Amino acid sequence: MTENPDDTPQEPGHSLWPIGFAIGVAVVLVGLVISWPAVVLGAALTIVFGVLWIRDASRSHAPVDSAPAHELMGDTPSPGLAAAEEEHLETYGRAGFLTLATIGLGGVIGAAVVLPSLGFAVLPSFTGEAVATNDVDLGPVSNFPEGEFVITTFIGNKVQGEVSKRTAYIRNNGLSANKEPSFTIIYSRCVHLGCPVQPNGPKFEDKKVTYKDVTLTPVQPAGFGCPCHGGAYDTEGNRTAGPPVRSLDRYAFSIVNGNLVLGKHFSVGTVVGTGADAKISRYRQTYPGVHVDGIERWLYPIPVPGS
Amino acid sequence: MAKSARQAQIEQAALYPLDWVEERTGLVGYTKWFLFRNVPGDVNWMQTLGAATLTAFIVQATTGVFLAMYYKPDPNSAYESVQHITHEVTLGWLVRGMHKWGASLFIILMFLHMARTFLFGAYKYPRELNWIIGVLLLVTGMAEGFTGYLLPWDQTAYWATVVGININATAPIAGPFIAQFLQGGSQIGPDTLAKFYSLHMLIIPGGLMALIGLHMYLVVRLGVTSPPWSPKAAGRPRDEPAPTGYGDYRQGLIREHREEHAQEDGA
Repeated sequence: MTENPDDTPQEPGHSLWPIGFAIGVAVVLVGLVISWPAVVLGAALTIVFGVLWIRDASRSHAPVDSAPAHELMGDTPSPGLAAAEEEHLETYGRAGFLTLATIGLGGVIGAAVVLPSLGFAVLPSFTGEAVATNDVDLGPVSNFPEGEFVITTFIGNKVQGEVSKRTAYIRNNGLSANKEPSFTIIYSRCVHLGCPVQPNGPKFEDKKVTYKDVTLTPVQPAGFGCPCHGGAYDTEGNRTAGPPVRSLDRYAFSIVNGNLVLGKHFSVGTVVGTGADAKISRYRQTYPGVHVDGIERWLYPIPVPGS
Repeated sequence: MAKSARQAQIEQAALYPLDWVEERTGLVGYTKWFLFRNVPGDVNWMQTLGAATLTAFIVQATTGVFLAMYYKPDPNSAYESVQHITHEVTLGWLVRGMHKWGASLFIILMFLHMARTFLFGAYKYPRELNWIIGVLLLVTGMAEGFTGYLLPWDQTAYWATVVGININATAPIAGPFIAQFLQGGSQIGPDTLAKFYSLHMLIIPGGLMALIGLHMYLVVRLGVTSPPWSPKAAGRPRDEPAPTGYGDYRQGLIREHREEHAQEDGA
């Protein structure tokens, strides 16, 4: 340090503003996913902390107050030395400006390249572009015998093709108390970790019906079981044994021109009652293993956009 | 020891290109500093596990690059391209086998190397940072395993990845976001395979290589530890400093120290 005293003022002063600046940028990015007000808040934070940071940085590089440095080093300032020092300080001010300008410009250019790239890598997963599922036509309601489960396989998204092949267990409940058609449509993925649950009971392959991409195989399940880790469910999808944390996911449905059409996929806390009279506690679709009710739901406070 | 004129001539001819490179880059000195270094006299065979892990990584990198010439990361052709590599491409079965089994070997060797480091106490001062880098290497190595497992695109690959991604999803707060990013949507879809391929062959290996570089720099800088039963003190400072420039870099390349050459340098 004492060998080269001109170097010492170049050490940047410690400042907390960069942290605030970084938080601002983070809020902008999260805001882009969640909501516009958050973007505005983040932008405001970024600007405020950025200005403070620049002010702080330029102050710590300002060519003022060199006396304390002399005291620290025990120098006795002679007139000649002071003149040399002044000359140095002038040079240093320019060097400091150029250093800051280089870092600043480099930062701006770097951000201009990195932020859009990162956004491109991360954001599409959350905007729902890749997952837009169109409502799937499962064929005439008459293909679903009342009171019986049918293993239904279908292509969830025509554009994605085979990779979006899904299975649902569908039971026609007949008419509900207020004369509305009622279907129990259980999604086949286990809500432990997403393996395909199987119906525990005889399948009737000979009574298989197909409608376009859709195949319908009648089955008589006593319940559903998962081959991976032994999760077990009753015919309403309520957990009866094993590790699952909620009831099996379901689909909403509508009837269009006498055809059963799959609607939104949703998650289920528990189901009370059966068939058309069932009271379903319905939640936004979420991942297997994620609690939707009980105290554990606080572990997952932020819903994922685009799911 | 006297040398014949012919021997000296051959030696001169062999060293000339090295001199030429050294004078312009200093790389010969750095290479020597990196490779020809003192180790404790009582090193153990267990201490070759790190180098074995590195070798396994190099095998993975090499075979992976060549597999990428035939693999198609698209849901409609990935499985067929892997079958094509295995059954039709000349020597494809061998290179794919090396990559597949080498992956397990890499992970096993990492664990053995870590066990050696732990049991020898080689993670202690001043090598704590290298332990931490090693842990990061273990994590990135596992991430390589996870992303690579999906690529054959068969039933095992698909369902193992479903379960793996959903295990990620159960992490508090951030879990569902990680899962959503990994599969590029709320379900495994056409983008998931390409994303895993990109992670597996570009992003994660880049991080691995950078970490391996840091890891090895610290090994060379801090030296190799003696086994715990060694009578010698651990953490002894290295005898020679890092090369600073054109100097006696030839020492070690030629066992015999040549005084006349040292004088030439001094002049």
